[in-house]
Amino acid sequence: MSQPSLVRVLEPKWRTLLQRLRETRDEGWGRPLGLALVGALFWVAAFGVLYRILKYFRGVEELGPLLAGKLLGLMLLSFVSMLVLSNVVTALSSFFLARDLDLLITAPVDWLRFYLAKLGETLVDSSWMVALMAVPILAAYGVIYHGGWWFAPYAVVTILPLLVVPAVLGSAITLVLVNLFPARRTRDLLSVIALGAAAGVVLVLRLVRPERLARPEGFRNLLDFIAVLRTPTSPFLPSEWASQAIMTFLHGPLDMLPLVLLWSTAAALVTIGAFLHARLYAQGYTKAQEGAERFVRGGVWGWAVGTLLRPLPVAKREFVLKDVKLFFRDATQWSQLILLAVLVVVYVFNVKALPLFSGEQIPRFYVTLVAFLNLGLSGFVLASIAARFIFPAVSLEGRHMWLLRSSPLDLRTLLWSKYWVGTAPLLVLALALTGATNLLLRVPPFMMAVSLAAIVGLTLAIAAMALGFGAVYPRFETENAAQIPTSFGGLVFMMATIVVLVAVIVVLSGPVSAYLNSLYTGRPIRINARIVGAFVVAAGICAAATIVPLRIGLARVERYEF
Amino acid sequence: MIRLETLTKLYGSFVAVDDISLAIEPGELFGLLGPNGAGKTTTLRMIAGILRPSAGRVFLGDADVHQAPLVAKQRLGFIPDRPFVYEKLTGAEFLRFVAGLYGQEGDIVERRIAELLEVFELTSWRDELVEAYSHGMRQKLIISSALIHRPACIVVDEPMVGLDPKAARLLKDIFRQFTRRGGTVLMSTHTLEIAEAMCDRIAIIQRGKIAACGTMDELRRQTAAGNVSLEELFLRLTGGVEAHELAEVLGDAP
Repeated sequence: MSQPSLVRVLEPKWRTLLQRLRETRDEGWGRPLGLALVGALFWVAAFGVLYRILKYFRGVEELGPLLAGKLLGLMLLSFVSMLVLSNVVTALSSFFLARDLDLLITAPVDWLRFYLAKLGETLVDSSWMVALMAVPILAAYGVIYHGGWWFAPYAVVTILPLLVVPAVLGSAITLVLVNLFPARRTRDLLSVIALGAAAGVVLVLRLVRPERLARPEGFRNLLDFIAVLRTPTSPFLPSEWASQAIMTFLHGPLDMLPLVLLWSTAAALVTIGAFLHARLYAQGYTKAQEGAERFVRGGVWGWAVGTLLRPLPVAKREFVLKDVKLFFRDATQWSQLILLAVLVVVYVFNVKALPLFSGEQIPRFYVTLVAFLNLGLSGFVLASIAARFIFPAVSLEGRHMWLLRSSPLDLRTLLWSKYWVGTAPLLVLALALTGATNLLLRVPPFMMAVSLAAIVGLTLAIAAMALGFGAVYPRFETENAAQIPTSFGGLVFMMATIVVLVAVIVVLSGPVSAYLNSLYTGRPIRINARIVGAFVVAAGICAAATIVPLRIGLARVERYEF
Repeated sequence: MIRLETLTKLYGSFVAVDDISLAIEPGELFGLLGPNGAGKTTTLRMIAGILRPSAGRVFLGDADVHQAPLVAKQRLGFIPDRPFVYEKLTGAEFLRFVAGLYGQEGDIVERRIAELLEVFELTSWRDELVEAYSHGMRQKLIISSALIHRPACIVVDEPMVGLDPKAARLLKDIFRQFTRRGGTVLMSTHTLEIAEAMCDRIAIIQRGKIAACGTMDELRRQTAAGNVSLEELFLRLTGGVEAHELAEVLGDAP
């Protein structure tokens, strides 16, 4: 019997994609243009930064190409590590949990075709973002080292096997894991492992303070430094081969061995992957059908939260309780707390590592300035956290809207609960973060008061905007909460937050500069109408950014139809 | 108890529900029948307040579902056709949550939860996460949640889907007792035998409009069909498929 082509097997996927594109086109050009603009800005920024670095490297005799090669090797290595992790997670859903599996498995499609189709789907789903990120990086290398037009196809030929290798490895790891644990448990396990590993990498990278390595004077002598650069990170890493393939093309002499290694390894891995699939898939898929969590009893903490919420009206209390339970029982959600912890540690560490109090005494003027700018950064950190935890809140109710809308629940109660479940911990975090960093910076009491008050106002606004934008741009069909913040709406929310942050900081810069002036001249600060007015305007912006998004969100939720 | 006045729903230019008016009295079990895509689910979701009508009004008692939703919905128990429940709550937690949405709490709720789980044979599953429940068990849990606050009327979309024969029988008994005590049930179903045996009155919807409405005898009179079954009536009103067409679709057996 003739077998369907890979294109046919993947038809539901690409047809869905085409339909989404059509829908986007029908909704007008605003959204694609916005995305293209942000994408272009990112590309230009990445290209610009790397262009400057590489230009500097090119100017360094002897060491330049070595440094450039090392940098490329490191970037590609981090790409491959990220890709293995994301392929592991994606493979779990495409090979074991996807909705089209029942159809494909009952159809007479042979195992090899099925494997290749699903491998391709996993590869595209998990690699497209990394592939896009690689474009400005490779473009910068091509431009600085005059790669010419042939460099573009050469780079594609080099990068392609580098995407295939992690896809095969990731799906093979998933295949083995699913055979060991049930799929739902595996998904929980993987979310934790993936996030834990990513968090670990970030922490290690930050805590070893790589910026010190950029200063050759830290090494005992120049020869040591060159020796370190000349040694490949590991001769068996595909990322190293890709880096060599690209650097030998750009800087010569051209060596085809790395390219041959890359392609032959990719081909060999696909063969081994297919063999593993043939042996283990049927058993794994059967196991994937089992294994939900069983027997949960309200523990001490459930009783404690319940008691704490006792003064609330019953609908609000039950809603908050439900949200807290769902959060801590869903590994894809709570595991993001690991990332959050890392973000906070790295942030506080960065502030501690500032060379403000090392060596000579830096004037209070700069410390105060840093403390003020710290406000903006803290705001940004809070916005990223709100994007992760508060933005998806309304989307996650999608499938259950039948219950909420057919019950006498006031939708304001719904938003109120969602708002405070997100805002309360965010507020604690914001105060702790700002307080701790200000203490580290040893800021004067005036700045401490201004920044604490400002961060409270900003937190209330950021949480409201996250909830409001989340309601305006819901993603009801997504099952994984972690994917919701990376949607278009998430992007719009982050941009809107930055606008509010900048506005508040600009308005507050008036009183702060008056204070700095008084520090500089040594005269006491004079409270005048302008200073009071600035505080009032800043409070007004925060209040408006809190109330307006919540109202818009409420109006939007009331109009939802299911 | 349930009153629809010129209820209409448009999706763009497509008319899903076209100017439907109905009055269902307390103590009545009313069946809504129709082919797939006729507008039954849309009508029920408008009655439950999930969808907003493009025109017309829905009353539960004297309260307009869309003007005074909190009053109207207190009287309603809604059972949807697809049982989406919070996967990470246990059965008992879900029922407690739903009771909370209706402003109920305390020992009364706990007793009611125990009672409903017992009736639907879910007691041994009360502390298990819903993600471990089968389709039928979820359906039973949703039916329990619709009954937890002792509603005055129940709106139910395809009640028997996923239920085992014992649970289906139980549900029929519950509906009968519920209407005997003055409650109102509006249900949509494709199981014509159940509609014929249980419903006091039936409406058949075709392309968003009511094609016929009344008791079985009234329906027979309206269609001048003589003493035929509901299945015959239904096929006459909605257009059945001839036997030779079916044979063509199925083709020769391999």
